[in-house]
Amino acid sequence: MTEDPFEAIKATFFQECEELLADLEAGLLALENGEGDDETINAVFRAVHSVKGGAGAFGMEALVRFAHVFETLMDELRAGRKPCDDATIKTLLRASDVLNDHVAAARGAGAPVDEARSAGLVAELEALTHGDAAPAASAAAPEADEDEFGFKPVQFDPMDLAPAAAPATSGGGDWRIVFQPNAALYAKANDAGLLLRELSRLGEATVEIDASGVPMLDVLEPEEGCLSWTIRLPGAVDEAAIREVFEFVDGDCDLAILRDEAEAPPVEFVAAPVAAPAPDLDITALLAAAQAQVQAPAEPAAPAPEPAPVIAAPAAEAKAPPAAPETAANAPVAQAPVTIRVDLDRVDRLINLVGELVIQQAVLAQRVSETAMIRATGVGQGLEDLELLTREIQDSVMAIRAQPVKSVFQRMPRLVREVAQMTGKQVRLVTEGEATEVDKTVVERLAEPITHMLRNAIDHGLEKPDKRVAAGKSAEGQVRLAALHRSGRIVIEISDDGAGINRERVLGIAVEKGLVEPDTQLSDEQIDNLIFMPGFSTAETISDVSGRGVGMDVVKRSIQSLGGRISITSKPGEGSTFTMSLPLTLAVLDGMVVSSAEQTLVAPLAAIVESLTPRAEDIHLVGGHTPVIRFRDEFVPLVDVAATLGFGIGPEPASTGVALIVEAEGGAKAALLVDAIQGQRQVVIKSLETNYQAIDGVAAATILGDGRVALILDIDALVSNTRRSVRKPDLKLAS
Amino acid sequence: MKTVLTVDDSRTMRDMLMMALKDAGYHVIQAEDGVHGLETLKAHGADVVITDINMPRMDGFGFIEGMRADPDYRGTPVLVLTTESDAAKKQRARDAGATGWIVKPFDPVKLVDAVRRVAA
Repeated sequence: MTEDPFEAIKATFFQECEELLADLEAGLLALENGEGDDETINAVFRAVHSVKGGAGAFGMEALVRFAHVFETLMDELRAGRKPCDDATIKTLLRASDVLNDHVAAARGAGAPVDEARSAGLVAELEALTHGDAAPAASAAAPEADEDEFGFKPVQFDPMDLAPAAAPATSGGGDWRIVFQPNAALYAKANDAGLLLRELSRLGEATVEIDASGVPMLDVLEPEEGCLSWTIRLPGAVDEAAIREVFEFVDGDCDLAILRDEAEAPPVEFVAAPVAAPAPDLDITALLAAAQAQVQAPAEPAAPAPEPAPVIAAPAAEAKAPPAAPETAANAPVAQAPVTIRVDLDRVDRLINLVGELVIQQAVLAQRVSETAMIRATGVGQGLEDLELLTREIQDSVMAIRAQPVKSVFQRMPRLVREVAQMTGKQVRLVTEGEATEVDKTVVERLAEPITHMLRNAIDHGLEKPDKRVAAGKSAEGQVRLAALHRSGRIVIEISDDGAGINRERVLGIAVEKGLVEPDTQLSDEQIDNLIFMPGFSTAETISDVSGRGVGMDVVKRSIQSLGGRISITSKPGEGSTFTMSLPLTLAVLDGMVVSSAEQTLVAPLAAIVESLTPRAEDIHLVGGHTPVIRFRDEFVPLVDVAATLGFGIGPEPASTGVALIVEAEGGAKAALLVDAIQGQRQVVIKSLETNYQAIDGVAAATILGDGRVALILDIDALVSNTRRSVRKPDLKLAS
Repeated sequence: MKTVLTVDDSRTMRDMLMMALKDAGYHVIQAEDGVHGLETLKAHGADVVITDINMPRMDGFGFIEGMRADPDYRGTPVLVLTTESDAAKKQRARDAGATGWIVKPFDPVKLVDAVRRVAA
């Protein structure tokens, strides 16, 4: 990472913002569901606070202003001064959406912030902060002065008070600084020696030490400051610079800063500015402090008092909140998982290398078997062990890229809120299985179909509140988004408790649009699945929400492009459930290795419904030239893979080959005709675009054990090409 | 080389502190909250500590009190990161035993200056 470190930190900031905003929303949702507690409110506060802090460092003013108003209300809530009720949480959720927008705008990603919406929320937040009173301050108001305890501390500036205490004349005489530390100064790990060092940086200093205050050893109180110093500095030194040296010890020492020709008060000290009455000190604490002072273990007396046992700490302890430091430190704390951040490129390189390793292992195994090396030599056993090990390495490496689907799921509550608002429906989103892991590339590509299906579920699935109530349901509909692992795949379920699919209407529309013949007899399941057909849309009017000319067919296609499948089940009056299942990774694929016209090809196993040997009597020609094959009472097009891809001619007659029944986009089936099946195998996917160029009908490539490149078929493209009877130009496969 | 321990739950803040302090020739170690801060301090020690206040698990006040209660770190200077004009928090941090403070958003020069002022 050789980039500008400042830019790198900025990138970190935005990355952190994503996490903080996610935490923020998760916290608010927990509160909304009544699962939150004080710590949840605190965590939400911290998230907003951190966003503001970072934004301040980068001068992102609009973001800082909005975060500030948000933070101020959170501060009220965590102090318990304002109730964290349902209405407030709803406002906070909307505010978190706008905060998201502000972050996106600051990042330069996303649209500019909707100023009216932002201003509206600022007003709402301020109204909540200040009770029912009209919002008093503008968003640009400075830090609220109220502290966590609900009272206004007196603004105290030593610069204002000190000159009054130690009037400095305007003369140009040398400075005389008389300084006597108190015990509190040492208790805070300040060091008189360092202060003297700092003073001497300002100009040529002469220092006199006054040890007259040091008592006899038997009464020496090591915690007390017994020494005092008089320092002289040239008159040219700036007074503010001198005062700055003592900034941290203000209140913990007696200090006089005087001009020499000034009428110096007799040696007695002018009381140093007393800090504003410390809000937490009370009599008990002071007593405790005094007690502690008496009982403090004596340390070897040194000429200059070294940092000594503390008086402030016991004082603080006396009023410490229940979560005292020791208890907090010793309490069994949930150990945060130890993690490191690794550049994705590095992981990908590792994955690639492991892919090569898997291939090499297969090559080696094949070579060994070809040379007929005897098992007795132990080579065979060694190879088997190697294979197991390689598999394990591959699984472990894949696990590095695995990510919980949480990153996608947590974007959904906002979507649901927005869609609910647009459609005038009341929706509660329930998510399950957020921790379910899947390969990063899959996670990234899940967002779109899930977004679309959720929109669809709210827009088409759920009824309006009045209709729901009329049907004896609660006004608020529920949409459930769940992820789980099932037989080596990830399954995403999106279900609603809406009206279910109106089969009569679906069938009517399908007939009207010519998607099915009017007299077709279809099962309920078949009717439900009509909604995945291209061009199907059941919305009475094309709404803003799920209209947009994108139907469930597009969703289905995007899922299939990931090697996934989608299905729907529905019960009238009870709701619908969409279930999609996807491979856990896009880096390897379970494939059927087949041969066709002397080439080796791989068909994705997920797309294959069945494989069969075609019987001559099942093959028919439609329109005299397009072959179809009978498969379970339906006719599916018979596709000669070699001919379609243009590298040869498939088995002649077809009955000498093997037909793979595959299902593609929109449920369209086809029978891929190949010469023979070689076997079933997990293959490492190599991008064809990266290494060669995109070829229609081919999804990717892989390298087989014998070192040859095998193309992985793009089932969707093959099937749709066939339907359009497109012939590709000659394509010679490299072997 | 002096070691500075920075305790802050914000990665951004930690990175910014790291950048400023490294440039000034300090060795920087980091912790994410008060509990982690105390553990790190025990494991590695530090010449100066810089801590945020609002943190999960254990906040800055608890962390400083924890340090001051440990004879080994009673004398280690601690600077707290506070926001401008938050007098009450500053006072509370001092009561807990903070040596000094740094106002956020901080100017790297002032930050390094503050560290130098309290570092023996």
